[in-house]
Amino acid sequence: MLTLEALRLTQDDFTLTADWSAPEGAHLALIGPSGAGKTSLLMAIAGFFTPSAGRILWQGRDLADLTPGERPVTILFQDQNLFPHLTIAQNLILGLSPDMKVTDPIRAKVEAALERVGLGGMGARKPAQLSGGQQGRAALARALLRARPMLLLDEPFAALGPGLRAEMLDLLGEVADETGALVILVSHEPRDAQRFAVHTSVVADGLASALVPTAELFANPPKALSGYLG
Amino acid sequence: MKTTLLAAGLFALATSAMAETPVLTVLTYDSFIPEWGPGPLIEAGFEATCACDLQFVAAGDGAAILARLKLEGAGTDVDVVLGLDTSLTADATATGLFAPVQPAPNSLPVAFADPNFLPFDWGWFAMVYDNTKLTTPPTSFEELAASDLKILIQDPRSSTPGLGLVMWVKAAYGERAPEIWEALADNIVTVTPGWTEAYSMFLSGEADMVLSYTTSPAYHLIAEADVSKSAALFSEGHYLQIEVAGKLAASDAPALADAFLTYLASDAAQGVLITTNWMYPAKTPQAGLPAGFETLIQPATSLLFAPAEAESLRAGAIAEWQAALSK
Amino acid sequence: MTVARALALGIAALILGSALLLAQRAETWALAPADLGALRFTLTQAGLSAAISALLAVPLARALHRRRFAGRGALISLMAAPFALPFVVAVLGLLTIFGRSGPVNMILAALGLPAFSIYGLHGVVMANVFFNLPLATRILLHGWQGIPAERFRLAQSLSMPPAAQFRHLELPMLLAQLPGIALVVFLVCLTSFAISLTLGGGPKASTLELSIYQALRFDFDLGRAALLASLQFVLCALVTLAAMRVSLPAGFGAGLDLRGAAPAPKGWRRGLDIVWILLAAAYLLAPLLAALIKGVPGLSDLPPGTLPALARSVAVALGSALLCACTALVLALAAARGPARGVELAAMLPLSASGLVLGAGLFIAIRPFAPPETLALPITLLVNALLALPFLFRLLLPPARQIHQDYSRLTDSLGLSPTTRLRRITLPLLARPLFYGAGLAAALSMGDLGVITLFAGSQGATLPLLVQQLIGAYRIEQAAAVALILVTASFTLFTLLDRLGNRHADP
Repeated sequence: MLTLEALRLTQDDFTLTADWSAPEGAHLALIGPSGAGKTSLLMAIAGFFTPSAGRILWQGRDLADLTPGERPVTILFQDQNLFPHLTIAQNLILGLSPDMKVTDPIRAKVEAALERVGLGGMGARKPAQLSGGQQGRAALARALLRARPMLLLDEPFAALGPGLRAEMLDLLGEVADETGALVILVSHEPRDAQRFAVHTSVVADGLASALVPTAELFANPPKALSGYLG
Repeated sequence: MKTTLLAAGLFALATSAMAETPVLTVLTYDSFIPEWGPGPLIEAGFEATCACDLQFVAAGDGAAILARLKLEGAGTDVDVVLGLDTSLTADATATGLFAPVQPAPNSLPVAFADPNFLPFDWGWFAMVYDNTKLTTPPTSFEELAASDLKILIQDPRSSTPGLGLVMWVKAAYGERAPEIWEALADNIVTVTPGWTEAYSMFLSGEADMVLSYTTSPAYHLIAEADVSKSAALFSEGHYLQIEVAGKLAASDAPALADAFLTYLASDAAQGVLITTNWMYPAKTPQAGLPAGFETLIQPATSLLFAPAEAESLRAGAIAEWQAALSK
Repeated sequence: MTVARALALGIAALILGSALLLAQRAETWALAPADLGALRFTLTQAGLSAAISALLAVPLARALHRRRFAGRGALISLMAAPFALPFVVAVLGLLTIFGRSGPVNMILAALGLPAFSIYGLHGVVMANVFFNLPLATRILLHGWQGIPAERFRLAQSLSMPPAAQFRHLELPMLLAQLPGIALVVFLVCLTSFAISLTLGGGPKASTLELSIYQALRFDFDLGRAALLASLQFVLCALVTLAAMRVSLPAGFGAGLDLRGAAPAPKGWRRGLDIVWILLAAAYLLAPLLAALIKGVPGLSDLPPGTLPALARSVAVALGSALLCACTALVLALAAARGPARGVELAAMLPLSASGLVLGAGLFIAIRPFAPPETLALPITLLVNALLALPFLFRLLLPPARQIHQDYSRLTDSLGLSPTTRLRRITLPLLARPLFYGAGLAAALSMGDLGVITLFAGSQGATLPLLVQQLIGAYRIEQAAAVALILVTASFTLFTLLDRLGNRHADP
């Protein structure tokens, strides 16, 4: 269970508070206008943003002392998810073996993960030789290999067309189900949330609201959301 | 552990070497020590007679030698200094680092008697030119200044010949020196930090004349069979550079140092210096000067300030030079 | 961070310490009236040289970046060569072209135009540009290569006119790079005195460094030398801090494709690029070739000490390149992680160091422990590494910042160990500038006469010292031949290291 306990994020004149928890394996979305603090909240959970107050707990354990690499988290950024000078396979190996030691079992797992996301046989390519969608798949394959209990995504498919996005969200769902991860998807696209997330938190006006079922939310949008949806 | 062993080994080596042969350390200028310079021949010649190890240490030029001695002070390991000239000896004497030396006969064009230093070679400063391009060279600074000839000189603040030129003008013209410099200003192409730059720029055709020595043409004549270089004879006389050697008072091998100074005045050493340093010998060897030296100009008047006077005039003369050329 | 801090402190201690050691033995404390004039001239020539080198580098680097032509690689490589030239050789090369009997004046005379004299402030600036334009161009070229090709494609697909492309893509890069480049050139020119004096045409062209030279050698006025060295030090610190203030990070975000050439507009822009490349090639290469051709006849009659001197020079060059690369890497990575003014300042400080004061300070420091001449080569290695540090640091800092900005969160989130991070991420991504910089440090070290003159014993001449000694013995032809060997060796070292960098970089 992920718990945001009286969490407060502050930077310059920006503040965001959150106070809710989500069970293991949940599929969540954070939606809201840009600049509202969706990404900051994600970065705080991943360990890149130190909260000014409150705690972030995973299974009751405070994450404050853990470095980003030690947290039970895999994160996909908006871009720069792959090192351009390493091959796709090497990029994936980093998910299993942070010192890049390659053993036969690791190689087999990497190849299997690539197959799983539809990139079979492309391990030797460099990221620049892949399309945007394929790069997203490679990043998901690494998430699959890392199999951390939380998977955070910061608009990773923002650059893809609607068809491809839907495809990637479905793949994300499959990956999440296989690893049993709690997924938090940040998106400014309400349809992403509707397609993927069971529960959603609306981030607006300095508050990340308590989780509500996504379907309910869109059927009966609160004021903060309706303003955003327009 | 390894380093201790290494240090012990080095120490053993050093002490055994010390026990076997005494070492004489000679501080000199850069151009003395290369394979083609006087250094190797002088070293071989002296070591054949002394049962000692002669070691040269080099530091730039004469001024750098003195600066280094001052930095080291009385703690210096140097036994003999070779390569100061008479514009530096007053300053060198004032350090109190030097011991008196036994005077020796010399064939300098002026009387020389310094209790602390012995001359080993000397030369006249002169403006050197290419006689295939310049057929009637000027015969004085005034004539040079009136001409539109271009000359290269060295900076007195960083170069020994440069300082020599400033003293030359001062010795020849006294109070009128600033006036001469102002008249020369439009002849001066540029002022280089050292002799090397000026002389090589002259050789590549950047100027009609360069400040060097009356003996410079001898090198081109003897070593390169090139007769195109001459030195201009100036009627006001030529300033001398006398290069001297001295013994450090703190030397731990004073007898060896004396022996070296004596060797330096010998025919063997003097003969080496003529065609490696391209200067006149302090004492002409019995065999006389090498063929070719008779073609060099022979100034009738030699100019030279006594060391103490040179020392007291130096700062003022440089300031005059700088002021005149900065106008 | 702590390693970087310690290194930074060490560098500052070396440079300030040498002045302090002199000061401690000083008897009087006064500047001469002429020193103020020297200060003025120093600032003028350094400022002009920095501005002109940086400005000329912009069109040249851009032309080199977007045009492909036969010999382009060779030209870019050769541009490192002026750095390796001993000062006398370089000046003679320049004079062969621009001097009294050079082709420029021959053409002017044939056209009935007045002769061109290189001596004066403009000559000093010309020589400084000759030495520094190649460096400035190469740093900018790295900057241009750092703009991902995707950005240019995006700009093209939006039909951005060239002016807008320049404003949105190239200008931010230039604003990030130019202050640093101008700073380096300014500081290089701040401490040079041989160029200023030789081409300046007279004592008006005196620099602070010449005053130091005079104070140390003829007057043995340690107080004045230390004072002047401190003045140089303060100047350097002020200018460095000012440059840090105006220098902005470029912030392009990472691109995956750095290989593609930038769009190469046709028409008059193409013609202009060609003119720039030709002019620069002529200006940089003609004096270089002139200097080198002079060495050919003497090759059959090399002096006996040439080979050992070559070996010593190469060893010192490689040693100082390695030392310099490691130091610069540690400092640049520390400075890239966040504001680290101290580190950044320390990395630039060596440029303020007067070679002579540094040498004299080290001499005083070492003498109680060992005869200085026995340490001539290690000291030369250390000092050369120190003097090349600012160049390497400047080369590494922008890409190190970029890598930090683009990939630090990813590496953190993957929990990579520090060694993996360095070996597999940082080094491959920095390989190109790192090896290029190491090559540059090697070339600088090869050509530098520097402190060795203060420490030289009867053994152990390096090639530049040999050149100096040969000219001093009237052996101009042999000197030219040794200079040719020096430049060839140094250029070979540089090219090998540069190639190695390209091989280790992502293809």
